[in-house]
Amino acid sequence: MTDPVVLLEAQGLSLQYGARHAAHDVNLQLRQGEVLGLLGPNGAGKSTTLKMLAGLLAPTTGSVMIKGIGLADAPTTAKRHLGYLPELPPIYPELTIIEYLQFCAQLHGIPGAARKRAIDDAMTACELHDCATRLIGNLSKGFQQRCGIAQAIIHRPAVVILDEPTVGLDPIQIMAIRKLIRSLASQHSVILSSHILPEIQAVCNRVVIMHRGRIVHSEHLDTASRPAFATLRVGFTGHAPPEKLAVIDGVTEVDVLDTHQFRLHIAAGQDPRPAVVHAAVLGGWGLIELHAELRTLEDTFVALTAGDSTALPTSAESTRH
Amino acid sequence: MSVTLAIARNETRRIFATPLAWTVLAIVQGILGIVFLLLLLEYAQSPDRQEHYTGLADYIGNGLYGFATLLLLMVMPLLTMRVFAEERRSGSLSLLLASPASLVDIVLGKFLGLASFVLVTVALIAAMPLMLLVGSDLDLGRIAAGLLGLLLLTLAFAAAGLFVSTLTREPVLAAVGSFGLLLSFWLMQVLGTRPGITGDVLGYLALTSHFENLRRGIFSSADVAYYLLFTTLFLWLAVLRLDSERG
Repeated sequence: MTDPVVLLEAQGLSLQYGARHAAHDVNLQLRQGEVLGLLGPNGAGKSTTLKMLAGLLAPTTGSVMIKGIGLADAPTTAKRHLGYLPELPPIYPELTIIEYLQFCAQLHGIPGAARKRAIDDAMTACELHDCATRLIGNLSKGFQQRCGIAQAIIHRPAVVILDEPTVGLDPIQIMAIRKLIRSLASQHSVILSSHILPEIQAVCNRVVIMHRGRIVHSEHLDTASRPAFATLRVGFTGHAPPEKLAVIDGVTEVDVLDTHQFRLHIAAGQDPRPAVVHAAVLGGWGLIELHAELRTLEDTFVALTAGDSTALPTSAESTRH
Repeated sequence: MSVTLAIARNETRRIFATPLAWTVLAIVQGILGIVFLLLLLEYAQSPDRQEHYTGLADYIGNGLYGFATLLLLMVMPLLTMRVFAEERRSGSLSLLLASPASLVDIVLGKFLGLASFVLVTVALIAAMPLMLLVGSDLDLGRIAAGLLGLLLLTLAFAAAGLFVSTLTREPVLAAVGSFGLLLSFWLMQVLGTRPGITGDVLGYLALTSHFENLRRGIFSSADVAYYLLFTTLFLWLAVLRLDSERG
């Protein structure tokens, strides 16, 4: 498999306000067809990073390349390949959707002949046809958000940056926007931020976790959702001697949680669950609970962002409670 | 350039889509209408004035334009405050900043949008003295010079207000700020009467002192250049300000 083209590359982005680092040494790569999720608690520096990627803020150090064009060197050329939806949708409440999108198309230099088509495509993608002639100010938040997304994709940019695209929407609207983002990924590459885990899991194929202005974790979500576990939790009604649990094949260590519950640490790549069941039947321990403690994105996220990140050296260690 | 024009068209459309523009136009026109009527009545009732002043155009022009500048000085900050401050607060400024439009395109486009409103305002004001064409022999040159002065002065107000609007995200603060800035340029005229070099410099810098010649019908390129420089300076400052905000 050949690697798809890198469309956006950020190297060593830092932004300093006085003594405070809003972002520190952020490195990102976005390939064609990829949906990258930027995850982090409030105030982690997600929006700041996206603003730097969109050229709204100049980083103190570091550089952004879009399709190989430096954002600092040739901003107008680089921005042609960029669509950006900020936290607040950048809409004009006194215009109708069609007037607004017409202006956005002109702003991105779409020539007159192609303009109508571009507007039509963007409205179809965001399902805006039904209210094309209504004033944006009179529309619900969900429709305003969709207008914001429509302006970000109207010029078919290579890179679409969406800052919290589903915030403030109802569940049905959220599902619609997620569907839209997934459909965008076929033609554009998308980078979106969120502090909601299921959202990232639902639409992204790669996730980057930010905390206090730094990238603390990055992984492909197809590997994140694969059940990899390091511990088993078992419970018995009868008395199960821990020393007997410890000799089961693949178990490296036994934590006694209380008289009936234990946590078994597993050697890498082993699955001793059938052996545990077998031993429990033979010993008559009365097995009532047996589950693998999966290492999920949520565990990683909580471990990395709750409290001080520097106190938690690696994510693998911290998931062992 | 086409981007500048697109922004200008969009600004114009948005200005006239809000009730603010129409309300301002109505109030300015209403008040100036009353002033115009009072001037006309006074002129008709005092024959000695007719000898003292050189003519009707001068008399009406002086009074009407003088009052119009004061009124527009108070009104323009209300229109310029929304240009950047309000857009920054509502978040719609990011649309322009993230687009391929350069900062010069953005500032110039927004200024041209304001200029279209100023043109409409001045055109409506012009209708009043031109109405006198029906019953009198009007000195059109004088009227035109006065209107040109009024246009240039109001565009200078707009540029200064636009610059102040880039400084803040609070529209009210922008309005108060530009009102303060415009008034201080106005006050320089008062200080300009003081003897000495300071008085001369301040008098020269004052916004309204350059209007006097035009109002009297004297077209001096120095005065026109002053207004063009004033306008360009503040538009350039606005570009610098937006640029510094990025980094």
